[in-house]
Order: sequence, then structure tokens, then C-alpha cells
Amino acid sequence: MPRLFHFHGGLHLDGHKAESLTRDLRQASLPGQLILPLRQHIGDYNKPVVEVGNRVLKGEVVASNASLICAAVHAPTSGTVSAIGNYPVPHPSGQQDICIVIDVDGEDEAARADIIDPRNLDPEELIQRIRRAGIVGLGGAAFPTSPKLSRGKMHGVDTLIINGVECEPYITCDDMLMRHYAAEVIRGSGFLQQILGPQTTLIAIEDNKPEAIAAMQQALTDHPLPDTEIIAIPTIYPSGGEKQLIQILTGKEVPHGQLAFDIGLLCQNVGTCVAITRALEQDQPLISRIVTCTGDNIEQPGNWEVRLGTPISHLIEQAGGYKNAADPYLVMGGPMMGFALSGDSLPIVKASNCIMVMHEETIPHAPGYHDECIRCSKCTEVCPAQLLPQQLYWHARAKAYDRTQDFHLFDCIECGCCSAVCPSQIPLVQYYRAAKSEIRAAQKAHFKSDRARARFEFREKRLLLRKQQDEERRRLKREALKKKQAESGDGEQVADPVQAALERVRERKKAAQEETL
Amino acid sequence: MTSVIVSSPYVAPGSSLKRLMLHVIVALLPGTIAYAWFFGPGVIVNISLAIIFALAFEAGILRLRAKPVMPHLTDFSAVVAAWLFALCLPMHAPWWLVAVGTGFAMIAGKHLYGGLGFNPFNPAMVGYVVLLISFPREMTTWYLPTAVSGQTLSLAESIAYSFGSVDIGQWDALTSATPLDQVRTGIGQNIPIDEIRQAPLFGTYGGTGWEWIALWWFVGGVYLLITKTIRWHIPLALLTAVMSLSLIFYLIDPAIYASPLFHLLSGAVVIGAFFIATDPVSAATTDLGRIYYGLMIGGLIYVIRVWGGYPDGIAFAVLLANMCVPLIDYYTQPRVYGEK
Repeated sequence: MPRLFHFHGGLHLDGHKAESLTRDLRQASLPGQLILPLRQHIGDYNKPVVEVGNRVLKGEVVASNASLICAAVHAPTSGTVSAIGNYPVPHPSGQQDICIVIDVDGEDEAARADIIDPRNLDPEELIQRIRRAGIVGLGGAAFPTSPKLSRGKMHGVDTLIINGVECEPYITCDDMLMRHYAAEVIRGSGFLQQILGPQTTLIAIEDNKPEAIAAMQQALTDHPLPDTEIIAIPTIYPSGGEKQLIQILTGKEVPHGQLAFDIGLLCQNVGTCVAITRALEQDQPLISRIVTCTGDNIEQPGNWEVRLGTPISHLIEQAGGYKNAADPYLVMGGPMMGFALSGDSLPIVKASNCIMVMHEETIPHAPGYHDECIRCSKCTEVCPAQLLPQQLYWHARAKAYDRTQDFHLFDCIECGCCSAVCPSQIPLVQYYRAAKSEIRAAQKAHFKSDRARARFEFREKRLLLRKQQDEERRRLKREALKKKQAESGDGEQVADPVQAALERVRERKKAAQEETL
Repeated sequence: MTSVIVSSPYVAPGSSLKRLMLHVIVALLPGTIAYAWFFGPGVIVNISLAIIFALAFEAGILRLRAKPVMPHLTDFSAVVAAWLFALCLPMHAPWWLVAVGTGFAMIAGKHLYGGLGFNPFNPAMVGYVVLLISFPREMTTWYLPTAVSGQTLSLAESIAYSFGSVDIGQWDALTSATPLDQVRTGIGQNIPIDEIRQAPLFGTYGGTGWEWIALWWFVGGVYLLITKTIRWHIPLALLTAVMSLSLIFYLIDPAIYASPLFHLLSGAVVIGAFFIATDPVSAATTDLGRIYYGLMIGGLIYVIRVWGGYPDGIAFAVLLANMCVPLIDYYTQPRVYGEK
């Protein structure tokens, strides 16, 4: 057992994990319709590769993009594409996005798989197959896995960290996943080792998950991996945050403005490992995930393996429905970092780790009225990024956005610890999110105007250049003509061609007059 | 279905302003009771009057500012400020003195800056300093502890005194300077400290009664630390500064410099360290900044006591340190995660 380190601050929260762990993992039934957003990851949009009316098979690509930072979308089951258009999607903005709608035919007919033994493939081919499977980080951020692995491979990875921490309250999907698919997690870790060639692999699990730890230990014994260790880490939120987990396990901090692989580290979620195993061993793309459906307002909290695109309402039906259908309040993710959903018609996407079903009346949140900041700095004590949240709040509220950046606004990981401890009950994170999006919008506008100015200036320069070139050309032509005429000798005529032309006209006119006379 | 989208986190608040302030009030009780025990119930009259005036002033100005009145009154911040202010007054004070002081504290010290959270100066100290400068006679008419004079004003007498229906003259024999004042005047007349401290006004370490009250303020301070209402940085730094400065000069010449224990247990050092300097709004907010802030107040207290024009310097020390807070905070920002 290696020595563990601490990160600054953090909170001991009520876990609320037992509710969804009393029932075993279940397979959610197929809904009548699947709604697949074209972008379920951080990065570029996919383009649909199917048309309305096409029949698709389970595992078939329905949308893709050649861009590197992108993850393709596959049909989770067989059916017919019935629409491609805008639908509400689970996103903090609450906006609509382009989705492919598949009418499920119920046959669950799979496309032909191309199974080859992954152990004989070189790292590049493995990464390609992971890319083809549309795998993204399943811990919640949904960053495409293949570019992360490529860049990690390029930088060199000493320590591979497998993240089974799951520190947010209520969420138990990774716990369930490790209990049921421990062997696949271990094999997936093996494939990551095959790709990255790390010296050490650390599998971190919070010590409030003894069953998962036991299952993983057993799986590692059955399928030993070189230099791999399962480490139980203390339960403290947000230990599952990538930067915090790195600090706990290695004592290192990811330097400002850099990423984990800049210091030879790479983190992958346990769910991602299972997806990798299935993609490489069975050529099965990412078409389902485990989702926790829990909360005060759901009849039977639990975990389900759900096809992507399944409407949340279908999952809620599986869980026995709402306790009080009059006031459900839905949150995707956990209580600390999740976001509210506008309704239950939204689909489950790759990033949906948990659907929290609460009562609208009783969901604790910042009240409309809050007290003023008394600068008690309890927020500073708990901030894992070691920021000064009260100063950030002060400047964010005053819309002094350049000052918020002096106080490192963009180092905020939005974990919510500061809001949770604030005695004045100020929704601090909400202020930071608003400030961040304002700054980003301003930067975007700035970028656009910069680009427009650059274009304009380039055009001016181009026109000026063309004018100069034209003049130069004319000058050369004139000179050439002069030279030519000088060479031909006949000085007098050349001396005044206009005069000569006038003479000619006059003569012609005279001739004409004489004729008429 | 979800009608209002609110931002995470969705967790019940772990604390509230009201709870913080109630912790402070609870922590003030033992010292206040000890105060009344040693000096009679006059202090209770002062505190009650100050609270009534403070709430009235706050309600009035909130109304003028078109702010919600009840939520602010029930956060108890005005009660705490009034309580601390009243503890700075002589144990018997006329009602108008309390009214003027709380008025300045609430209106000029707090609301003219924008109310709770925006005041750069500690409101209680603002009120106290205004009185100290404007009404020096009333503010320095202190009374002997019961143990020394053998006599105490009853509650009824204290109230009657406050409202001016009793002639002050009849209690002249009970009035006295504070121990700190006594030491200061004595040293001014070249009387060695040992001799000054022979007077019955002085107890074993500090002033009679005062040393015990200080101990109970300390108990309250420990309660604040245990309940995490305050953190250790400011009190520790402040007490360290007072103790170490007084120790250095005591070692140099014990005849003219009082002992560290005398400084600690006389006047307002302990209550200042735990209750006054820790007012979060006007104090520094970073850990390191709070240490500087505490050291600065402690140092200034000693300087004002020994070389300044006032017997006790806590109010001036706190106000001067308040001025430096923006600077301290700016230059003591903690290292952010990932920064070299």
C-alpha cells in the first residue's frame, strides 16, 4: 500500500448511496423510440450518416465525423430512423440539439462484428478501434477517449490511474459496475497498459465501497496485471476529481495550464475500461451504460444498464415511477455538480451517470434571497483548488471579470463545496459559472472581431498591392512601348500621334465635304 | 415538472448566519455573567439598552434603504455588535451615551457602507471610538468591583442611573479609574509598578475581577473555536504579539513595564482577541493574512497601552488594522492548486 496524500479542503457529505444499492443491477427494457443526440461528448459535432427511413442494426454507426476530438454515435438497437431534427437534450443550457430518432423494432438485430484478438494488435490499432467504438470518458465529462490515449502515448505515461472513486453522493453506477464487471474493468486496464506501457497502474476506489473493492481484488487475482494495485482511498468529496485523485495518489499537482499527461499521468474511469474491453474483445461500440436512478421521489431506486437514447421517462417507469408525479425535480449527475433537467422526455446520453429524482418543493437549493458575504472564508477552507471563493464572488458579482481572472476563476472545478458550506447561503458556484460563460462569450466575440479586422486589413492590403502591381505593369508597358518606338526610328510621327490622328480625321472630313459638293 | 432551473449543488445548507451569530452570543454569556457578578447588573442594563437601540436603528435604516427588515434583524448580527459595544462601556452609562454609540455603530459604521458584509470597519469599535473621543468624562467614569468597594448598584438603581433619575454624585466614592489607567498614571508619576499594584484595585495578575472575567472570555473563545465559528489564526497571533512584546519589555525593566500576565488579564485583550478582532467582515480573510492582522492588532495594543494616549488601545488597534485589510488580503493570497 503506497503512501497517500491529502488535497486541500473537501467535504464529508452524506453519501445517500444505500438507497440505490439495495437492488441489484438490472437490464432496462427497450423503449419504443431512442433519441440520439449527435454530440454526446466534448468536442466536434457528428454528421448523420443515415437518412430518415433507413433501417439500422444494433452497433451500426449513425453519425460520425473525421475530426479527432469526436466520438461516433451508434445505433443502440435495430430499428428505423424516423426523424432527424432538434430535440431537447440533457445539457446545463437546457437547449435543443440535433438528434437522430430511431423507432425500435424490438428484434435487437446486431450488425456483423469484426472480432480479432486484440492482444496481437499494436497500440495504434487499439486506439483506432476504441475510436471506432465511439468511447468517451464515462465518469461524467465525456471527453473522447481515443485522442486522450493518443496524446498520453505521445507524452509517455508513467502512472495509469483507474478511477473508481465515485465521490458524489447518490451516484452508485461505478460501484455497481465494479461489483458486476470487475473482470472487464481489469481486462480493460490491461488493454490500457498495452497501449500506454505505464510503469505502475493504480486502481483507486473510495473506502465506502467494500464490495466493489473485494470484487476488484478478486478479479485482479484471477487475471493478474503487472505492477497493478487496488488502492482504497478515504471517503472525502471531491476525491474523484481528476486533479484531486492525482494529488491523493501521487502527491503531485497538475501544473497550472497543463494536463495530467504533462506530468506522466493518465486517468480513466472504470466504466470507460469496461467499454474498452467490450469494444476490443467483441467489437461492440458504446451503445449502453449503467445509470443510477435514485432520489426521494422515485419508487424503487437502483441501477440499470440502459441503451443510450432511452428517454428518461422510460427509465423512471422501470424504477416504479414517481412517488409524487405532481412535483418531480430531475437532476442529471449528482447533487454537487449535476444540473437540472427540463423534463423526463430527454434521452440518456453517454455522460448520464445518474438521474436524481427529487421533489421540486423540497430540493435544497439556494433561496431567492440570500444573506451577504460576511467574509468568514469557510469557502476558502474547503476549496480543493485552493482559491479564495469569497473574493471571486465579490468580483464576479461586480462583473469585474478581469479581477476574477486575477483570482484564478478558471481554476475553479465547480465542485460546489463553497456553496455547500456558505453560512450566508450564497449560490457561489452559480456566480462563477455565469462569470465564466460571460468571459468565454466575450473572448469569442473578441476572437470574431479580431478575425474580422484581420480579414479587412488583409483585403485592404491585397487591394493596395494589386493597385501597385497594376501601376507597375502599366509603367513597364509604357516604357516598353517608348523603347520600341525609339527603336523603330520615325521620330516625327511618333512625336505627336494625337496630332497625326487629328490630321487624318480632318483630311477625311474634307474629302467627304468635297464628295457631297 | 421542473419549473425553475436552479444551479447545483443541491444540498441542504450546513450553516447559517443566524447560527453563527447565536454561537457568538452563547460564547459571550459566561464572560458577561462574570462581569455582572464582579461589577453588578449595570452591564446587563447597558447590553439590553444597546440591543434595543441597535435593532431600532437597524430597522429604521433598512426601511430607508428599502431592504427587507425582518431577515436582517433576525440574523442577529446587530445584536452581537450591540453586545460587544455595550461591553466596552463603563458599567454604568447614561442611556443617551448608549444611543449615540449604537447609532454611530449601526448607521455610520455599518449601513452607510452598505450594511452587513460591506463595512470595512468593525461597527462596535466605530461606535466606541466616537464616544471615547466625544465624551471622555462619561467614558472614563469606571466603577470599583464589588469586592473592593463592598457595594453594588442594584438592578433598579442601575436602570434609574441610566435614565438620569438618580444623582451621580452620591456614588462618587465608587468610581475609579481602570487598572490599566491606574498603571499608566502611576508610571507617569514614576511610581514603580510593584507599588502601584499594592492598591486593592489589583488582583493577583491583573485587575481584581477583571482577571476572572478575562478567563471567562477565554472560555467563550474556546467555545467559538470548537464550534468552528472562528479560526485560531487571529486570536493566537494577537495574544502572541501582546505576550511577546510585553515579555521583552518586562525583561528589560520590570519596574516600569507590567508583566505579560498583567497585560493579558487586564483590559480587553482576551475579549478583543476572540470576539472583536475576529469579526469576519472587517478582518483579513486569508490564513496568512489573519496572522499578520492579529500580530498587527496585538502589537498596536501594546504600543498604545504603553506609549499612546489611551489606557487601552484595542479599538484603535482594530480600526487601524481594518484599514490594512485590503492590502493584507491582496498580498497574502494562497498558492492556487497547480501553481509553482
